Amino acid sequence: MEVFIQQLTNGLAVGGIYALIALGYTMVYGIMKLINFAHGELFALGAYLGFTVLVSFGLSGNVGTGAAILITGALVMGFSALAGYLLEFAAYRPLGESDRLSAVVSALGASIFFQNAIMLVWGARYRAYPADLLPNVTLGFAGQDIPLIRAAVLAASVVIMLLLYFFINRTRMGMAIRASAIDQGAAKLMGIDVRRVIVIVFLVGPALGGLAGVMVGVYYGQINFNMGQLYGLKAFTAAIIGGIGNIPGAMIGGILLGLVEAFGAAYLSLAWRDAITFCVLIVILVVRPTGILRERVAEKL
Amino acid sequence: MTATTLKRFAFWLQAAGALIFLALPKLGLGAYWLDVLNMVGMYAILALSLNIILGHAGMFHMGHAAFFAVGAYTTAILNTRLKWPVFAAMPFAGIAAGLFAIAVAAPIIHLRGDYLLMVTIGIVEIVRIALVNDIFGLTGGSNGIIGIARPVLFGFRITRPQHFFYLIWGFAALSMLLFYWLEHSRYGRALKYIKEDTVAAEGMGINTDRYKLSALVVGAVWAGFVGAVYASQMRTISPGSFNFWESVIMFMIVILGGSGNQKGVLLGAFLVVGLPELFRDLQSARMLVFGAALVMMMIFRPQGLIPPKPRNYTLPESLAGKYP
Repeated sequence: MEVFIQQLTNGLAVGGIYALIALGYTMVYGIMKLINFAHGELFALGAYLGFTVLVSFGLSGNVGTGAAILITGALVMGFSALAGYLLEFAAYRPLGESDRLSAVVSALGASIFFQNAIMLVWGARYRAYPADLLPNVTLGFAGQDIPLIRAAVLAASVVIMLLLYFFINRTRMGMAIRASAIDQGAAKLMGIDVRRVIVIVFLVGPALGGLAGVMVGVYYGQINFNMGQLYGLKAFTAAIIGGIGNIPGAMIGGILLGLVEAFGAAYLSLAWRDAITFCVLIVILVVRPTGILRERVAEKL
Repeated sequence: MTATTLKRFAFWLQAAGALIFLALPKLGLGAYWLDVLNMVGMYAILALSLNIILGHAGMFHMGHAAFFAVGAYTTAILNTRLKWPVFAAMPFAGIAAGLFAIAVAAPIIHLRGDYLLMVTIGIVEIVRIALVNDIFGLTGGSNGIIGIARPVLFGFRITRPQHFFYLIWGFAALSMLLFYWLEHSRYGRALKYIKEDTVAAEGMGINTDRYKLSALVVGAVWAGFVGAVYASQMRTISPGSFNFWESVIMFMIVILGGSGNQKGVLLGAFLVVGLPELFRDLQSARMLVFGAALVMMMIFRPQGLIPPKPRNYTLPESLAGKYP
């Protein structure tokens, strides 16, 4: 029971992080019908930007914990959004209406570029996040001691997802995003500036991804320059599980994948944890490629 | 100068270039540069086999390192455990890689391009994790397998870089010839058709899933053969040599050089694997440059440096003049 409760909370926290990254994949796919391969690297970039803000600027220690977290979150979201905009501007926009292979290869090139840029700027070794960011206390839950950090990560991801849900469903811009995802041509006829919608999506998605990077740094305490590839693939799996292009689906898929991974690591094998995730990806694509909540666009895979 | 003389001149130029290239070890090229050329040759063969899958059938396959790994490990296990000579193990390396390809790819072969790409990346990772975890107790975990024997050909033991130079480039020439025939067969035309328009190909009665799977298997078997050569050249293999980046390098060679064209693939191998050796100081930045180069290529020249020429057919005498 102890293992179960610990892994349940761990899975929920990690799943929340996967969900935040998966949202970036799914939003871009919804509008552009394109898998943004470089999204995982934007997530890693966010983690390193957070590291720089926290450690190099000496935020932790000089200002209060709450203020440090808020400043870091805001700065990282801003810079990640900027990186996302640059990515769209440099790697996707010039391609125009060319074929799918070009877009995929361009995205791959951008991903390689970002990963190596991170390595050259911050170095190839592991970087440690400040350990004293959150007080090292535990909360009681179902008779078990749960670290505060775990609850904080889960709460943060839930709050962000609720905000995003509100943005997509209750604002004019959100309505434009939904309309462009359903039918770009019709959206244009209704006077929606689809170009602007694409830019918005490339700002919001990477901002969420960058924030998830900071959360990984805070949660695990260390970051690595090539973590974007692994987390990117996992978050993509989460987006597929929920039905790619489907925003609530990405949230559910992320949480589900976090739970599968946590329980798989605890009850099956820790060493095979990542392999379990990729097997889930293959099984889902073979059995139900449209995901649990169905892909938003009716297109044959 | 007429077009035919120009063509003949180009042919002799290429033949002379190939001869000079083959004479390089005799012209006093150092062991280091021979090793670099061997590496280029090995990647060239791998990329030629990937070219069948990616360049001709048009499948976004980024898991080629997995098949390469299966071939290398099959050779290493057969050689160190059962003491089979490398060349006896080589066919089985190919067969193992081919069977593995059938097993993992049969359920996913129908997936659309970018999904296939993601799944094949996942397969490489699964294979690497399986090797690190010492699957079946045969792969030696993260240390890998050591002490693989050198290949022996008709009693001649291949040990030095110049021996491997002729083995690898001979193998490359053989691969080019065989793949050239494959491209110009009915089978190759079917693959091209699938790449250009899958629906139309299916309408013409081509069993697209079966053709795609068979193309993947052909590529995998060939990668398995290269794995055997690699294992015997290195004598030590470990999971780190078969990671995702190896697949990326093969993918880049085909895309940068010109997918679907053997000359393009060869050029790609020299550029991606050989060129960075000339700028060793910039080694750490080489992937950065290649990443940017991929983006630029897709914007300005998406078909690659040397794209395949459109095919020409000469009309039979009896029809000449009747059709324009």
